[in-house]
Amino acid sequence: MTSLPKKPSTKKLGLVIDLDICVGCHACAVNCKEWNTSGKMAPLTDLEPYGAKPDGVWFNRIHTFEAISDAGISRTVHFPKSCLHCDDAPCVTVCPTGASYKREDDGIVLVNTDICIGCKLCSWACPYGAREYDEDEGVMKKCTLCVDKIYNENLPVESRVPACVSTCPTGARSFGDLGDPKSEVSKLVAAREGYALMPEQGTNPVNRYLPPRPKQVGGGEANAPRMLAHQDDSDDGAGLLASWVDKVLSS
Amino acid sequence: MHPAKSVIFFTTTTGAGYGLLFWLAVLAYRGLVGPDFMFGLIAFGIAFALVVAGLLSSTLHLGHPERAWRALSQWRSSWLSREGLLAVLTFIPTGLFALAWVFLGSVSGPIIWLGLLGAVMSLATVYTTSMIYGSLKSIPAWSIGWTSPGYLVLSLMSGAVLACMLVVLGGYWQAAGWLMLPTLFFLAFGLVIKLSYWSNIDRPNEHTAETATGLGEFGKVRMIESPHDQPNYLLKEMGFAIARKHSKKLRRIAVICAFILPFALVVGGWLIPEMAQYFLPVAALVCGLGLVVERWLFFAEAKHVVTLYYDR
Repeated sequence: MTSLPKKPSTKKLGLVIDLDICVGCHACAVNCKEWNTSGKMAPLTDLEPYGAKPDGVWFNRIHTFEAISDAGISRTVHFPKSCLHCDDAPCVTVCPTGASYKREDDGIVLVNTDICIGCKLCSWACPYGAREYDEDEGVMKKCTLCVDKIYNENLPVESRVPACVSTCPTGARSFGDLGDPKSEVSKLVAAREGYALMPEQGTNPVNRYLPPRPKQVGGGEANAPRMLAHQDDSDDGAGLLASWVDKVLSS
Repeated sequence: MHPAKSVIFFTTTTGAGYGLLFWLAVLAYRGLVGPDFMFGLIAFGIAFALVVAGLLSSTLHLGHPERAWRALSQWRSSWLSREGLLAVLTFIPTGLFALAWVFLGSVSGPIIWLGLLGAVMSLATVYTTSMIYGSLKSIPAWSIGWTSPGYLVLSLMSGAVLACMLVVLGGYWQAAGWLMLPTLFFLAFGLVIKLSYWSNIDRPNEHTAETATGLGEFGKVRMIESPHDQPNYLLKEMGFAIARKHSKKLRRIAVICAFILPFALVVGGWLIPEMAQYFLPVAALVCGLGLVVERWLFFAEAKHVVTLYYDR
């Protein structure tokens, strides 16, 4: 049934992405691809992976934006984007077959690829580009919030988080119940004024983004000096022994 | 949006087919066209051929056409499902009306009510088609309210041009004389609606890279690194940019072919009745061509908000 659940779940599993500490390494996208290509939505088909025009299904895409203020102060922001598991998911209600659905118990938005006809309308309805069509299988695929990982009792408890979260080397991604105001993720969102993407679309996303912290402008004593003092570390023309002595004494 | 040939064909031909079914019922109701076997066979043949070919073509772009029947199940929430269901149901009154017209030689009594019910359901089906697109908030050009009036008026317009051609070729002069006025009206009305649509989609909307990323408080936002260096599904499907380059020229072609030339030809047929049998088929042809260009633009010019994440 592609109507949204009549009684929306109180549990809303989702991600909180900290734009202040994401370094844009794309590890989340890679680990997502690795887990999911053998998970519920498997395979994440690649077309011409080693050819001139590689293409394929990814659930995570990491953009890098620059924001420049009128004063000319610029910020670089790495911006991971994946399904936001919206409360009012337009991708669900447009689906003509019932293949696209939102789970009542935890709010995860999924696709039943056994009945998907591949009409692509859900990908048109999603403002965020979270759905990607699998050319090879003729069905739509999307982020499952690693539904086959987060409830997997064969995994140690600490591993029961989405692949993008467990792999992030900087801890820029958090996973939890955003429907519970007392959860760690909800507290994080409250403390950092986390926001939803394109609220004007009325999709009510579950995922939240934490804005970059204000840039420190100007210098104080605590700030690092603009340039390190020049050190004479040239060893031009020195012989092997002299270089070795220099290395030992410098360390 | 990527202008898929199957969807352009689907929306233009079903629009014309349902429009023709509408006008055939109206002509019969007004008593202007009798239940003539040959005329009925050809007119309904053309109408149903357009509708069926269009509906079949819409299933061509599916990843799994063999599962298409499943699309009839979600009419509670999905306009695409409603369209499928209504398209199937509309065959009942229109089909029975056509059978009665052609094989029973009767369009009177309860049969005419069947025809009028079919006419209403035909327009309702066109409306559901328009809402597949009109309900997508993610595509501002389609959701600002001009999509449904456009589809309905252009369906009535193209159906009227076809019906005009058929009554002229069938020698129903009285019917032709009556039908030319609404045909001219819808050609003019169609042009007004389309010009309004274009002037509305040309205005900047509330969606910007700043609202999309939520980074507006830091200043003007631009993408400096794409997530991938080759176009992905999203860019191929939603990031179609060719139309915007040629849109002025294509709009001019659409205006001339879909509206102005057919208008002039219908007026010509009215003024010089002996030339009408030559003018009207040409009018139908150029109108069809113009509508294909118009529909190509409808898809190709529509910008999906996801492109804001890609600086397009």
